[in-house]
Amino acid sequence: MSQLLLDVQGLTMRFGGLVAVNKVDLKVKNRQIVSIIGPNGAGKTTVFNCLSGFYIPTEGSVMFNGRELAGLKDFQISRKGLVRTFQHVRLFSKMTVIENMLVAQHRHLNTNLLSGLFKTSSYRRLQQEAMDRAAYWLKEVDLLEFANREAGNLAYGQQRRLEIARCMVTQPELLLLDEPAAGLNPNETKELDELIVKLRDEHEISVLLIEHDMGLVMGISDHIYVIAQGTPLADGTAEEIKNNPDVIKAYLGEE
Amino acid sequence: MTESFLYLIQQLINGLTIGSTYALIAIGYTMVYGIIGMINFAHGEIYMIGSYVTFIVIAGLLGMGLVSLPIILIVALIVAVIIASTYGWTVERVAYRPLRGSNRLIPLISAIGMSIFLQNYVVLAQGSRDVALPPQITGGWTFGDPSVFEVSFSYMQALIWIATFATMSALTLFISRSRMGRACRACSEDLGMTNLLGIDTNRTIALTFIIGAALAAVAGLLLGLYYGVVNPFIGFIAGLKAFTAAVLGGIGSIPGAVLGGLILGVTEALTSAYFPSEYKDVVSFGLLVLILLFRPSGLLGKPEVEKV
Repeated sequence: MSQLLLDVQGLTMRFGGLVAVNKVDLKVKNRQIVSIIGPNGAGKTTVFNCLSGFYIPTEGSVMFNGRELAGLKDFQISRKGLVRTFQHVRLFSKMTVIENMLVAQHRHLNTNLLSGLFKTSSYRRLQQEAMDRAAYWLKEVDLLEFANREAGNLAYGQQRRLEIARCMVTQPELLLLDEPAAGLNPNETKELDELIVKLRDEHEISVLLIEHDMGLVMGISDHIYVIAQGTPLADGTAEEIKNNPDVIKAYLGEE
Repeated sequence: MTESFLYLIQQLINGLTIGSTYALIAIGYTMVYGIIGMINFAHGEIYMIGSYVTFIVIAGLLGMGLVSLPIILIVALIVAVIIASTYGWTVERVAYRPLRGSNRLIPLISAIGMSIFLQNYVVLAQGSRDVALPPQITGGWTFGDPSVFEVSFSYMQALIWIATFATMSALTLFISRSRMGRACRACSEDLGMTNLLGIDTNRTIALTFIIGAALAAVAGLLLGLYYGVVNPFIGFIAGLKAFTAAVLGGIGSIPGAVLGGLILGVTEALTSAYFPSEYKDVVSFGLLVLILLFRPSGLLGKPEVEKV
């Protein structure tokens, strides 16, 4: 029996008079891939911004693992196990690939100054664990051979994968991916598809996905939410969404 | 060797000495700018406080009858670094952190306020007149023909060179190798993303203020001993010079701050050597204008890319 990981109810975000997100409900269970789709400007990214602590929602509750997230700072939310990526790549491009992976584990390396100076055994053990975890995930996303490259010099598809790996070393339970396939070629999209499925099936985490690539969304999602103009339009399995007249109308316009 | 050549060597020695202390102070400006994109206008005052603390500690230890110079210097260094770092941390806590996320001009003004406050606080506590300390480190090496021109390189100058070099090497190691240094670099590239990866960036920002203040305290100690005089207003002009050095080298870049400091020091020394010394500020700030005209991002700075 899978358990409820994320439970969003009545999420509303207003900017002055503009209602960007209007009473959106979302449920993500453990080991699920859930997608949010909708036309451009529908408020999908605003939902992500509310969940990850970028915005403080005007109304509504965000329960993660049974705890309320609203009001927490962004770094506190990520420490609870909810990590996100952005529409555009946001790597530390002047740092090497491995350094990107180590920065993300900063808080796991929580050692004091003295143990660092004297290189105590617990310090070395934590260092080693961080390196091992970094190497493991670089291998999972097929980037191990580039570990000492500057992140900014990687190909675009590789940068996308590095972002996911960097999120994974923070040991999240829920990964929020904002248009991960944007700008990828069909081949790279297929690799991404396989990676996301692997995250669910082998690493047992949940993924909440915003994506325009319908092939990707329909192929891997356990559940799909459709938002249009900030308002929930429909939700269901891929099959249900494909045949929903409201959704077709929102995407293609009235006949 | 001719007289003019030896004279030039002497001026270069003097210029590099002053320049390396400018560089130490400039690093504080450049690190803070690199992370939060703002100039810490109270930074010169931190340097001044470092100088005062050095004088007070040395006078106190001498008064207690301590004679060992290395011990006196080490104690003065530790106390100055600790106290100046506390002030640096306080500036961040009082003038910057509560205003995080507001318009960029607002923390700028609060920092200027901090600067005026600290200056006047020292005036009230220590008086506004010059405080002098007899030279602690005397003597030096001389070379060249005494009948032509004698170049002198004092022990004090050597100490400044060595201390600056050691401090900068330690900083470079810290930034490139340590966990907190890595977090600092991450913050300077993308503060928001660093936050999202679960790093408390407020602590990292506070740390850069503390590191900058510690370096300014080292500069305060060295220049205080070199000149032998402090007053509450030295922070203003030293801060301005170091700020110039940071901009000259490319603000945000630590090697740039070092290069800028050295260039500025040498320029000043050479100008006052060959022209009336009143021209030295004219030439160094003129140089700044020229460099900004042809390389707006400074010598080693990267051109600003608009973040989307």
